[in-house]
Amino acid sequence: MIIASNVSKRFGKLKVLDDVSVTCGKGECIALIGPNGCGKTTLIKCVLGMVIPNSGFITFNGKNITHDWQYRSRIGYMPQIGRYPDNMSIGQVLGMMKDIRGRGEKKLDEELISRFGLNDMLNKRMRTLSGGTRQKVSASLAFLFDPDVLILDEPTAGLDPVSSEILKEKIIAEKAKGKLVLITSHILSELDDLVTQVVFMQDGKICFHKNLDALREETGEEKLSKAIARVMLAK
Amino acid sequence: MKKIIKYVIIDILRNRIMLAYTLFLFLIGSSIFSLEDNSAKGLMSLLNIVLIIVPLVSLLFSAIYVYNSAEFLELLVSQPLRRRTIWLSLFIGLAGSMAVSFFAGIGIPILLFEPSATGFMMLGAGLFLSVIFVAIAMLAAVITRDKAKGIGVSILLWLYFSVIFDGLVLFILFQFADYPLEKPMIGMTALNPIDLSRVLVLLKMDVSVMMGYTGAIFKDFFGTRTGLIISFLVLVVWIIIPAWLSLRRFNRKDL
Repeated sequence: MIIASNVSKRFGKLKVLDDVSVTCGKGECIALIGPNGCGKTTLIKCVLGMVIPNSGFITFNGKNITHDWQYRSRIGYMPQIGRYPDNMSIGQVLGMMKDIRGRGEKKLDEELISRFGLNDMLNKRMRTLSGGTRQKVSASLAFLFDPDVLILDEPTAGLDPVSSEILKEKIIAEKAKGKLVLITSHILSELDDLVTQVVFMQDGKICFHKNLDALREETGEEKLSKAIARVMLAK
Repeated sequence: MKKIIKYVIIDILRNRIMLAYTLFLFLIGSSIFSLEDNSAKGLMSLLNIVLIIVPLVSLLFSAIYVYNSAEFLELLVSQPLRRRTIWLSLFIGLAGSMAVSFFAGIGIPILLFEPSATGFMMLGAGLFLSVIFVAIAMLAAVITRDKAKGIGVSILLWLYFSVIFDGLVLFILFQFADYPLEKPMIGMTALNPIDLSRVLVLLKMDVSVMMGYTGAIFKDFFGTRTGLIISFLVLVVWIIIPAWLSLRRFNRKDL
């Protein structure tokens, strides 16, 4: 569904992405992991067209995304740090996104809005929100339009355990519908029951891209965190 | 596109600065005309306000607004929207509200007290300047990532257009005093929208006789219909080029 071919990006002298090629298929749940600053977020932003690669290209359903913009209607994106216009309220942000993006035929998926209890604080200004509440708004927006692809950048960072469980349940439910889910996270333990594939990045390069089962078999470890540790030590 | 323009304008209206600016212009506009018994003289005093305050406010407000809507832009860019639509909506929203503010603040007093050719010329020049400096501010803001630097660049640009450019022109005039520079001077005014507006308005007033030989040459050029059309085309170019450059830059910007 999403294919990146030889994508490179540099910010000044720093090479953030170095010849990255990766293929993401339908129905997969892919964990993008790696140390801080290894280029995970930049790769995601390249897929979304927010960062423009210096070389290489990305296709979405076989179409190059460089001059395309409509493909983004099929992606739900939850940023690592949700930044919203300060003087708008939650209700206004949700309303604006519905207004801009909403199409008549597709039903809106407001499950997360109600389960996170955002309906009770629609009048709160974005500026006054805590980091966790902001994350809830970001998550609700990502799932709102029932997209085919979900890109979640550190989805559970800053969420309380209850909300984080709600979000995980939602991710599993959406995955079961055959959607492609891309997750980055540092909390490996919570990825165990979510992901089917693992992409490990380091210094802007992809070290490996494997099925979780194959990885478990190779390393003989049941837990993802231990399996990754074993791979890293073996290098 | 309409939807985004709507949100930009709602956001600008929520920000009280725009209202204050309109009121300020209206107070100045109406009080100058009420103080002077000769409204042509009032127009003369108003000219300086239009040429100095309007570009400054237009430039600073737009630059700061673009930086402050970084989050808004980031949010929109990740949505199924063309970058061109987002940027042009921001431009139209800003330019539209600056122009409406100017029209309400200065335009209404002019229409009430001095609805002459000079008055209309000044109204047109002010509207053009409002929009031109929004375009220039957006170009400055898209090129510099740092907010303080971007606003600094905007202030320097304003200084350049309203003070330094005139200094340069004077310098050239004195250095080449032995040569006939009247015709090249006409070309030089095209390089600065503020100067061009000043010349256009002054030539509609009687004071142009005081400008000597250069004034006569100017009158010869800007007084004709072709001259007038060319000057307005130049002002339009002053809107299009910065807007187009900033759009090109924004299309490739990493957010």
